[in-house]
Amino acid sequence: MSQYYSGLSDKVNTALASIETVQSVVAHGELTIEVSKENLVQICQTLRDHKELAFDTLVDACGVDYSTYEGSKIHHARYASVYHLLSVANNHRIRVRTWLDDDFPMVDSVVSIWNGANWFEREAFDMFGILYSGHPDLRRLLTDYGFIGHPLRKDFPMVGQVEMRYDANKQRVIYEPVTIEERINIPRIVRDDNRYAERLVTAKTEEDSQGDRA
Amino acid sequence: MSEIQNYTLNFGPQHPAAHGVLRLVLELDGEVIQRADPHVGLLHRGTEKLAESRIYNQSIGYMDRLDYVSMMCNEHAYCMTIEKLLAIEVPERAQYIRVMFDEITRILNHLMWLGTHALDVGAMTMFLYCFREREDLMDAYEAVSGARMHASYYRPGGVYRDLPDSMPQYEASQWHTQEEVDEQNKNRQGSLLDFLKDFTERFNGYVDEYETLLTDNRIWKQRTVDIGCVTADEAKDLSFTGPMIRASGVAWDLRKMEPYEVYDQLEFDIPVGTNGDSYDRYVVRIEEMRQSNHIISQCIDWLQKNPGAVMHDDHKITMPHRVDMKQDMEGLIHHFKHFTEGYGVPEGEAYCAVEHPKGEFGTYIVSDGANKPYRLKIRAPGFAHLAAINFLTEGHMLADVVTVIGTLDIVFGEIDR
Repeated sequence: MSQYYSGLSDKVNTALASIETVQSVVAHGELTIEVSKENLVQICQTLRDHKELAFDTLVDACGVDYSTYEGSKIHHARYASVYHLLSVANNHRIRVRTWLDDDFPMVDSVVSIWNGANWFEREAFDMFGILYSGHPDLRRLLTDYGFIGHPLRKDFPMVGQVEMRYDANKQRVIYEPVTIEERINIPRIVRDDNRYAERLVTAKTEEDSQGDRA
Repeated sequence: MSEIQNYTLNFGPQHPAAHGVLRLVLELDGEVIQRADPHVGLLHRGTEKLAESRIYNQSIGYMDRLDYVSMMCNEHAYCMTIEKLLAIEVPERAQYIRVMFDEITRILNHLMWLGTHALDVGAMTMFLYCFREREDLMDAYEAVSGARMHASYYRPGGVYRDLPDSMPQYEASQWHTQEEVDEQNKNRQGSLLDFLKDFTERFNGYVDEYETLLTDNRIWKQRTVDIGCVTADEAKDLSFTGPMIRASGVAWDLRKMEPYEVYDQLEFDIPVGTNGDSYDRYVVRIEEMRQSNHIISQCIDWLQKNPGAVMHDDHKITMPHRVDMKQDMEGLIHHFKHFTEGYGVPEGEAYCAVEHPKGEFGTYIVSDGANKPYRLKIRAPGFAHLAAINFLTEGHMLADVVTVIGTLDIVFGEIDR
C-alpha cells in the first residue's frame, strides 16, 4: 500500500510541477499533500482532470483548528482546510491540506470542480469560520438560526455560550448565558513514552515489504 | 392575464415523511419544484466537539448515535481509524464477528429503509413485514452486547466479548401461555450462531415476500421509476457513495475495492443498477440484503469452526481480562490506567472508511499523541446525499419529494452529527 502511494506521490508531484512543488507525505498507507491556498483551485482541477490521477469524487472536506496542538509536527498556521479525494476510476485516494491565515481564514471554493463540496464547505464555514470565496451559497448549515461563534474552534467552550428556555411571561423561547460549568473528568495528557514506537516501526516495514497492493 | 408567481412551502421539520427532523423550504411553481432548500442541524449534538474532550473509548457510544439505524457500522469505522493509528491487527475471529455484525446491520438498515420508504409512498404493509424481521436481528444485537440498538460492541483491538453460547428465552406470563412461549423459543435453544443460522435460512424467503409486494407492483413503479435520476458522472461529482452510486451503474463498493477485515475471503456480489432512478436504488438495496444474508451464513460457518481470541492481547490498549484484573498486579494497573487516563494514540492523522449501508462512512482522526483525539471528523454518507436534494427534485412534482427523501435513505443522526 505504502509503495503504491509512494509511486502515486511521484505522479502527483510531476503532474503539479508546473503549478508548484508540493510537499507530500505517505503515512499509514495514505498520501497527504500540502498546497498553497493561492493555487488550490488550479491544483484540484489538475488532480481531477489528469488522466492517471482522475480524482473524480470529493469524499470529504473539513476544517481543522491547530491552535492547541501539542504534538511535534509543525503546523504552519492556525487553520487548515483538508480535502479527501477519491478516484473511483483508479481506486486511489489523496488528502490535500492547505494552510489558511490565522486572523482571516479564507480560501477559494472548490464547488466549481466538485459540486459535492457545497455542503462540506458550508459546514466548515459554520464550524470554523473558514470563508470559501466563490462559494455559491455560504450560509450556516448545522447551527441554530442566529447562532454566534464557530463551535469547533478550540477557543469555543464545550458547554457553549447560550442556553435556551421557554419564558412563560414573555410567552416565547429566550436565550440566556449558560449556567452550567465545563467539567473535565479525565485530563488531556500527552505521554512521551515509546510504548508504540517498536510496533509502529515493525508495521511500517511490514507494510513496505508487502509490495504493491493486491 | 396576471403573472402567477412561485410560492414557497415549508415541509417539516415535524412531517412524518421527513424521516426525522428535516426542514425543507420548497419553492413551487404550481405543483412543480423549482428549488428545494433543506435546513438541517435540528439534531446537531456536536459529536465532533464532544469527542475532542473524551478519551478514545468513551466516544464509541457516540458513534452508535450517529446513524442510529446502523449502529455497529459507525463504530467499525471509528475503531478501524484508531487501529490504523495504533498499527494494531485485530484477531481473525474478531474480524469475522465484525463482518457478520456489519452485514446484520446492513440488513437492519435496509429493512428500516424499505419499510419507511414504502410507507411514505403508500404501501403500509411493508412496514409491518420489515419490522417483523428486524426483531430477530435486534435480538442478536441484544444477545451479544446487552443493548438492542446502541451496542458499543466494537472496541479498538477487537470486539468487547465473544459470542454468547445461549440465547435469552421468552418467559410465560399472564399474556402468553407456556405453549406460545415454547413456540417462540423454538429457534433459541442453541447458541447465537444457531439462532442466526436459522434466520439466514429463512431470510431469503422473506425478501421474496417483499418483492412480491413491490417489485412488479404497478403503483410502486409509477411512484419510483424515473424519479430522482442520477447519471454515473453526476453521482461522482455529487460525492455519492454506496447504493446511491451503484444504482447509477458504477460498481463501487469498498468491501471489494479496498477490502478491510476479511471481506476479501468471502464470496459475494455487488449489484448495480442501470438508470440511477429510485426504482433501481430499490432493486439494488433488495439484492444487497440477499448478498448480506449470504455473507452472514459464510461467517457463521467460519465462526462455528474456529474458536479463538476476540481482542488484541496488548492490554496497554485493550481491557485486561476480568480475572487478571483481580489476580494479577499488571492487570490491575492496566485496568486502572484504562479508566483514569485511557491510552494515548501516536501522533499522526488517518482516514478510514467502511462500506456503511448508506455509503462510505469514514472517520478522519488527527492525533497529537494525547489520550483524546485532537480532531475527529465524521464523514457521513447521508450528508452528501441530502446535499444533492435540490438537484434531484428540481422539476419533479411535490409528491415526488417524498419519494426522493425516502430513496436517499437519510437519517438525521449522521447528517447533523
